[in-house]
Amino acid sequence: MFSKNIQQKIAFHIFRLLSFSILGVLVWILGFIIYNGIQVINWEFITAFPKEGMTEGGIFPAIIGTIYLVIGSMMFAVPLGIMSAIYISEYASNQKWVKFIRIMTNNLASIPSIVFGLFGMALFVHTFGFGDSILAGSLTLGILIIPLVIRTTEEALKAVPESYRLGSIALGATKFQTIKNVVFPIAFPNIMTGIILSVGRVSGETAPILFTVAAYFLPKLPQSIFDQAMALPYHLYVIATSGTDIEASKPIAYGTAFVLISIVLIINLLAGWIRRYFEKQNPK
Amino acid sequence: MMIEAKNINFYYGNFHALKGINIAIPANTVTALIGPSGCGKSTFLRLFNRMNDTIENAKLTGECLVNGQNIYDKTVQVDALRKNVGMVFQKPNPFPKSIYENVAYGLKVNGVSDKKYIAERVEQSLVAAALWDEVKDKLHQSAFALSGGQQQRLCIARALAISPSVLLMDEPASALDPISTSKIEELIHGLKEKYTIVIVTHNMQQAARVSDKTGFFMYGELIEYSDTKKMFLNPENIQTQNYITGRFG
Ligand SMILES: Nc1ncnc2c1ncn2[C@@H]1O[C@H](COP(=O)(O)OP(=O)(O)O)[C@@H](O)[C@H]1O
Ligand SMILES: [Mg+2]
Repeated sequence: MFSKNIQQKIAFHIFRLLSFSILGVLVWILGFIIYNGIQVINWEFITAFPKEGMTEGGIFPAIIGTIYLVIGSMMFAVPLGIMSAIYISEYASNQKWVKFIRIMTNNLASIPSIVFGLFGMALFVHTFGFGDSILAGSLTLGILIIPLVIRTTEEALKAVPESYRLGSIALGATKFQTIKNVVFPIAFPNIMTGIILSVGRVSGETAPILFTVAAYFLPKLPQSIFDQAMALPYHLYVIATSGTDIEASKPIAYGTAFVLISIVLIINLLAGWIRRYFEKQNPK
Repeated sequence: MMIEAKNINFYYGNFHALKGINIAIPANTVTALIGPSGCGKSTFLRLFNRMNDTIENAKLTGECLVNGQNIYDKTVQVDALRKNVGMVFQKPNPFPKSIYENVAYGLKVNGVSDKKYIAERVEQSLVAAALWDEVKDKLHQSAFALSGGQQQRLCIARALAISPSVLLMDEPASALDPISTSKIEELIHGLKEKYTIVIVTHNMQQAARVSDKTGFFMYGELIEYSDTKKMFLNPENIQTQNYITGRFG
């Protein structure tokens, strides 16, 4: 049989091959989108409305819609998620209860996003009567990412050494003062990273907005949170599958994909940058 | 008496960690607590600023008095108690804030907002902790830029800033080099004019150097408590003698 060293060499080469092929797939996807997308990218594409049955013009309203949805869902999910996480990891004393909440949050995180869409439609669009609106879409997306916010915040809080809490408590600080002045600031960069990653998630989701906010085409920008909006992922879906002339709008589809990927990429870079910035401020 | 324990028993679940402890510690003295590791010194120390409160399934019987008041009485507010009974930990644990903010922290969380007063207290506390000359030009730099010994003195300054009358120290020099250790010991010597100090140490020479009184713990019991000189020259208990002469632990 093969000697140990040859086995190790073979294993090593197989692993390397696998990791390179994953990298290859990634580069291929990105290259494909960038190559096809960049040809239609120009100032007009980013700042103009769609024209000629969405075969020409730009994607401005979809970009704006996605920005509104990101802001709306964050305004809902971030405070709620952070406060829940603080409760779970700092306050709750009943460990069984905490475990139960944690299991439920994880379950929530593994529900397919189309189910959230359906739930959002039933609850926000119909029961609460918000109609197809930025409000309903933001709340639906918010629920989708709350588990992510909770989990990253919880991990960030758990990573704060106990000695800081004890140090603060021993000086007569209350638990709340300790969390507010010591624990939270230390955990903040990691919490921020989690939030930014969930921004990336929100900007790319199609299913939750399908029945709650997304419009096929709107001639003007939304005026209030009770208006419908266009959004990048849904716009991409529409022009790739049910546009007036699918062949003619193909470049626009690639351009939209390019913008979407760029946004997510920029957000991820931003996450890393913010994290490094705060780490420099508070060396560990 | 500044600190008194009357028939203290403490349990972690079923584990009987402190057994019938009685002690009376006079004001403005340094008391060293020695004994083999795991004998309950830290547990005992933490009773006096109620840092054991949050431990689940822990149980305490008996009375702990500070300045004549039972600190486990329902009328006692824990944060007020901790303002009066400061603590310095084994590993220096300054906050990831500036040197100034570290010292000011205790004042701020206790409701002091007068900036001038805070600035005065910060300086006084750093002077009292023998750190002022080393940091006066970099008060607004991160506390993490300081050496381990300086960080520990910063933690002492932080504890002094809120004017406690008792200072509990749990092996405050065990993570430090010999030079930093002797600085801390010198400091403790000077502090007893104003504070009552209880220091846990595993280092017998240290106990002999810094303390007026020494308590020897073993298996959760206080075996002997007397003047340090007497304890080291002429201990009453054979177990104390064995431990001090190195025949145990
Ligand atoms: N939080 C805790 N839960 C359970 N047992 C503990 C806890 N803290 C300490 N103990 C136990 O109590 C005993 C005394 O511990 P400690 O007071 O830390 O001793 P020392 O400081 O003298 O080394 C040890 O046996 C230790 O294992
Ligand atoms: Mg100890």
